[in-house]
Amino acid sequence: MMTSLSLAVGSLWNRRFVAALTVLAIALSVFLVIGVERLRVSAKESFANSASGIDLIVASRGNPVQVLMATVFGVGSTGPGIDWDSYEMVEALPQVAWAVPIAMGDNHRGYPVVGTTPEYFEHFRHSSGRPLAFTSGHSFSEEDGAVIGAEIATRFGYEIGTTVVNAHGAGEVAFDLHDEAPFVVTGILMPTGTAVDRMVFVSLEGFDRLHAEKTTSVDPFAQETRANSDPVEDATDGVEADHHDHAHEPDKINAIYVGLADRGAVLSIQRAISEYPAEPLSAVLPAMALIELWSITGAAEQAIVLMASAVALAGIVAMVVMLSASLEVRRREFAILRSVGATPLRIFSLIVLEAGLVTVAGLLLGLVLLGALTAILEPVLLSRFGLQVDASASLLRESWLLLAILMAGLAASFVPAIRVYRMTLADGLSFRL
Amino acid sequence: MVSSSSKLVLRISDLAYQWPGAAKPVLRVQDLGMTNEERVFLRGASGSGKSTLLAAIAGVVDVPAGSIAVAGTDVGQLKSGARDRFRVDHVGLIFQMFNLIPWQSALENVLMPCRFSRRRRERAGADPKLSALRLLDELGLSDPTLVSALAMSLSVGQQQRVAAARALIGAPDLILADEPTSALDEDAKTSFLDLLKRECASVGSALLFVSHDRSLEEGFDRVLDITEVNKV
Repeated sequence: MMTSLSLAVGSLWNRRFVAALTVLAIALSVFLVIGVERLRVSAKESFANSASGIDLIVASRGNPVQVLMATVFGVGSTGPGIDWDSYEMVEALPQVAWAVPIAMGDNHRGYPVVGTTPEYFEHFRHSSGRPLAFTSGHSFSEEDGAVIGAEIATRFGYEIGTTVVNAHGAGEVAFDLHDEAPFVVTGILMPTGTAVDRMVFVSLEGFDRLHAEKTTSVDPFAQETRANSDPVEDATDGVEADHHDHAHEPDKINAIYVGLADRGAVLSIQRAISEYPAEPLSAVLPAMALIELWSITGAAEQAIVLMASAVALAGIVAMVVMLSASLEVRRREFAILRSVGATPLRIFSLIVLEAGLVTVAGLLLGLVLLGALTAILEPVLLSRFGLQVDASASLLRESWLLLAILMAGLAASFVPAIRVYRMTLADGLSFRL
Repeated sequence: MVSSSSKLVLRISDLAYQWPGAAKPVLRVQDLGMTNEERVFLRGASGSGKSTLLAAIAGVVDVPAGSIAVAGTDVGQLKSGARDRFRVDHVGLIFQMFNLIPWQSALENVLMPCRFSRRRRERAGADPKLSALRLLDELGLSDPTLVSALAMSLSVGQQQRVAAARALIGAPDLILADEPTSALDEDAKTSFLDLLKRECASVGSALLFVSHDRSLEEGFDRVLDITEVNKV
């Protein structure tokens, strides 16, 4: 074995330039396959983490995925809002431990603004049940108080006491600023790696005040814009612009996060809510909505995995090409080895061993490259996409993938190895090639 | 003539060999024997079956049982893998050129049979490396830079001497040399041959030297013409 190993290493070293290129090709394949896998798992984990701790999300009847995306991730809208009466109905159900109202539809420099109650910070859970914590400050107690996610604080350099102005609508570019109703940052949340990092939280009163005060704006441009677009906005926002100060009881909200005292009752509660006669409601199980979401994204995911696998295959093919191309040149080498006692089987195993070494070197280099790039990009991935790329998250699956690549490499090396085997049998000790 | 200290290392009797698919045999050897004290010169033109005969003796081609015995073992009875192991244990080979693994040092090349054969390793003494260095020294390669130089950086003459040292290490019973001097100039040929014969005598290996060059016949114990041996 030692003889074969040192021969294989020596022979590869002799062809180190081509061998290094092959190792690089395999490393890039590994980098891509494992990188895609880690991103995929991290994205899923990040999504799953965002919705942990919430047993049901109640919203106006609609698609569960849409409800989940709008409320938990701040993407899209929940459709028409729900009455405050519905909130009171849900809250009063005996199996309900807590119910937190959620109002949405505004943004702060492209980041979603959520109107809620301070209970949100008590009950919301992320990353397998961890509660929200404040880096500095505290929840809002005043109408104009705002709590901001970690990413917003970092990106805009906001601190406690900073005054922020929100805009109407959920888009990144807003023409309709609520600069007449500014908020003061009272608390900054610790990073969670979820959509919470990219949200601004204000009280329901404050959220309503935005719209209530809007009508009194003296800005003629804002006035005009509002006058032109009012009906559309009202329909899509889901927050009825009944511009009165509702204080603690707004007319409409967008959703309710519900925690149950008894999780076993989830299905009966879900049914009770959907049968609520006053207005059509949906009670969405976040976990089920996520499964539905994965089934939608599954095809794209498969396509990406398939592409990564194709690149891995290209890496393996590059190795087979490298080994095969060198065979003719090495024919004499094999004949010499046979003359000093190497059996054809030994030479066969030498080729497989070389392939194994190249593949293992490629695997290691690929992992090192991936590790280095992850370390460099992690802050960006976390701040821009809320992705916490955790290498240990998919360790088992990764191990299988790495093993699969190694096995594919060894299996592929049988092509040149069998050729060598036949060649050495046919050539014998003939040197006069 | 077999002396009391000599032993038969090669015995060929009634050998007929033809390449698979060939119409007629390429080898038909009635009787040929060599002792460990003999250096035999076998001459013959190209295509006369010299190399095939060497391949048959080395166990590279399948020969009928009972036709070739090397060091008392019937080569024809050995299976393919066993023949490979037997070869490295008992036979040293030197070829025309391209004898060495180019990316290994001279010393590593010489030590190669000891890596594959325990018998050769044991016969090379307590430290095969010392034995290899001694052989290289006796063959005129004592310069440490040459000993550690990659085989591909050596001259053809130096490469042939390294090949000879590799064939001799661990004192195999029989050395087969197939036109090993054809790439050397006249002076180098003579000195290489002298060294080879002397070293074979010193380690106690029989030498079967095959060449078409009659000028090299001198100094061998026996000179045979392939036409006398191979009656096809």
